[in-house]
Amino acid sequence: MATRKISYREAINEALTQEMERDSSVIIMGEDVAGGAGGQGEDDAWGGVLGVTKGLYGKFPGRVLDTPITESGYIGAAVGAATRGLRPVAELMFIDFAGVCLDQIMNQAAKFRYMFGGKAVTPVTIRAMYGAGLRAAAQHSQALYPLFTHIPGLKVVVPSSPYEAKGLLAQSIRDNDPVIFFEHKAMYDVTGDVPEESYTIPFGEANVVREGDDVTVVAIGRMVSVAEEAATELEGSGISIEIIDPRTVSPLDLDTILESVEKTGRLVVVDEASPRCNIATDISAQVVSEAFGDLKAPVKMVSPPHVPVPFAGSLEDLYIPSAQDIVNAVKKVSEWSK
Amino acid sequence: MTNSRIQRVTMPKWGLSMQSGKVTEWLVSEGDELREGQDVAEIDTDKIAAALESKWSGVVRALVVEVNADVPVGGTIVVVASAEVPQDEIDAVVAEAKEQLASGAIEDEVGPKVVEVDIDGRSISYAVLGDTESEATPVVFVHGYGGDKNSWLFVQEPISADRATYALDLLGHGASSKDVGDGSVTTLASSLVGFVNELGLPRVHLVGHSMGGAVATVAAADPAAAGKVASLTLISPIGYGPDVNAGYIRGFAEAETRRELKPHLQQLFTDQGLVNRQLIDDLLKYKRLDGVDAALASIVAALLDGESSSVDVTAEQASFGGNTVAVWGAEDKVVPASNAGSLQGRATVHTVDGAGHMAHLEQPQAVIAAIKEAIGAT
Repeated sequence: MATRKISYREAINEALTQEMERDSSVIIMGEDVAGGAGGQGEDDAWGGVLGVTKGLYGKFPGRVLDTPITESGYIGAAVGAATRGLRPVAELMFIDFAGVCLDQIMNQAAKFRYMFGGKAVTPVTIRAMYGAGLRAAAQHSQALYPLFTHIPGLKVVVPSSPYEAKGLLAQSIRDNDPVIFFEHKAMYDVTGDVPEESYTIPFGEANVVREGDDVTVVAIGRMVSVAEEAATELEGSGISIEIIDPRTVSPLDLDTILESVEKTGRLVVVDEASPRCNIATDISAQVVSEAFGDLKAPVKMVSPPHVPVPFAGSLEDLYIPSAQDIVNAVKKVSEWSK
Repeated sequence: MTNSRIQRVTMPKWGLSMQSGKVTEWLVSEGDELREGQDVAEIDTDKIAAALESKWSGVVRALVVEVNADVPVGGTIVVVASAEVPQDEIDAVVAEAKEQLASGAIEDEVGPKVVEVDIDGRSISYAVLGDTESEATPVVFVHGYGGDKNSWLFVQEPISADRATYALDLLGHGASSKDVGDGSVTTLASSLVGFVNELGLPRVHLVGHSMGGAVATVAAADPAAAGKVASLTLISPIGYGPDVNAGYIRGFAEAETRRELKPHLQQLFTDQGLVNRQLIDDLLKYKRLDGVDAALASIVAALLDGESSSVDVTAEQASFGGNTVAVWGAEDKVVPASNAGSLQGRATVHTVDGAGHMAHLEQPQAVIAAIKEAIGAT
């Protein structure tokens, strides 16, 4: 395993490159993924609004397709192509745009295997940016993974680091079911150790990011690094937290979470998604239902308020769960008494 | 500013990925008389905790860093000098060291260099440490099944003090090619011989652990390496008896998750605390690489015959005829010390207490001593 530091953006680009080299049925579709239909060729290829697919248009002629600005059209086309033998990776740009193509995802892609008695598979991956922090306002900043987690038949992946991004994207592309792959737009320049070789991370296997004894902190996507910040601060107060990154929210590795709660007896779940019916509420409910006897304190959830993501920078900063919010929640469950 | 009267004990580099470590406990105090080889501090890295030995003799004049502070590899942690050196000179060295730590201007040049070489169309990755121009016969380290060049972290550095050392990744392992052919010990041994020849090493001492012990033995007897292998040091080698923990070998290959892998890894050590999150995580990262599943499956098929080892290298060891020293952890649960019988009369066998299958990690001093015995160094 030869590793070096690359960014989250580069890790995603490398997974796409290696999967396209490995399997000629892998294609890319989306708005501006090549550089825009009016571009003057390879030199102009920007590779998506934030440059994630840069360079692929030239490397894989005919396999990186710029589409019209019609999500209902090209997401439907990607789903259809998947049922006929291709492995399309469709880029939805912002997950907030899923509304206009939800039928293709929710009622078609997610249901084919079931409706056709296992005779049809739909190996499509839909990549999309999510999350607040880039001053992109309420219509481009949501963390909508709970919406897709709700739908049986979809796999939902939320990578928290460059290593996770590369291995989970390779797994998504090789998987025979539709996968919604969530990339946090504020993480593209985050760097980390990533093997040069191709590898896959299995779905439904949580990562224990840090071992600890006092409180279990489950964090999703970008919140994992925020929880790590909190861990350093809590260390100073003599509280050791165990951080668990589920990596995929559907399927969810509940066993690793339960095993940790059995040890610590205390749970905080950190989720950037709106607080009602999000992953934090789901995990909390399942832990309380399965491990009530292990809990020494109520479960705490750290999520933003139930409002659209504010455009005003000062308010957006307040909206996103912070390390201090996690520290406060951990202290609350540590000090809790009847 | 170099001053040979004043020596520095620095943060060691234990493993290729180690960038910093912490002193968790001092084992000496300022003013203590220190001899070379004496433990000075307990060091904790992300991966492993162990005692650091001093390379110097003299008086401990200053403990430079705080307990539990993060210190980059190469950073000065202790200043050693004779009692005659005036205090103001010591103070100047300490001030310089602290300034260096504060500014982060420490160059990580103490660790091994990683290089790749092509052997018959397959790449072999290796870590080289020590003076490659040295006249002394170099040492080549061969890890075991599922291991890699990093497993020699406590052993390679001390052995490299007076010679070049090479720790390679066998085919199917680490950063080397994942194409293992039939996965047999013979195939792995011929790539080891190819490695020695490709590097143009006229003569080498081989050190092999577990499966690597069998690989080294077969390489030593290979006509293509005739006269090139000076000695063998074998740590819990397979191939010297039928007793092997087949459940471990299959379980390691098949485990896909942390929870599945952990109980298998715990069989490797006497100290279960060594199976920490980082070790499991590193091994899972290796096992997830494309091609590793198939490589391990081929190797397992070649290693096992039902519940026994199907590898026998005793004939090769006999035909080698050179100096052979073996080290066995008394509590080895993977390749038990009961196998050592067939080496009696043909090799020196040291059974080491407080070690399981990984004596080079749990009791590195015993392994270093055995290597020195095999290579005839003092």
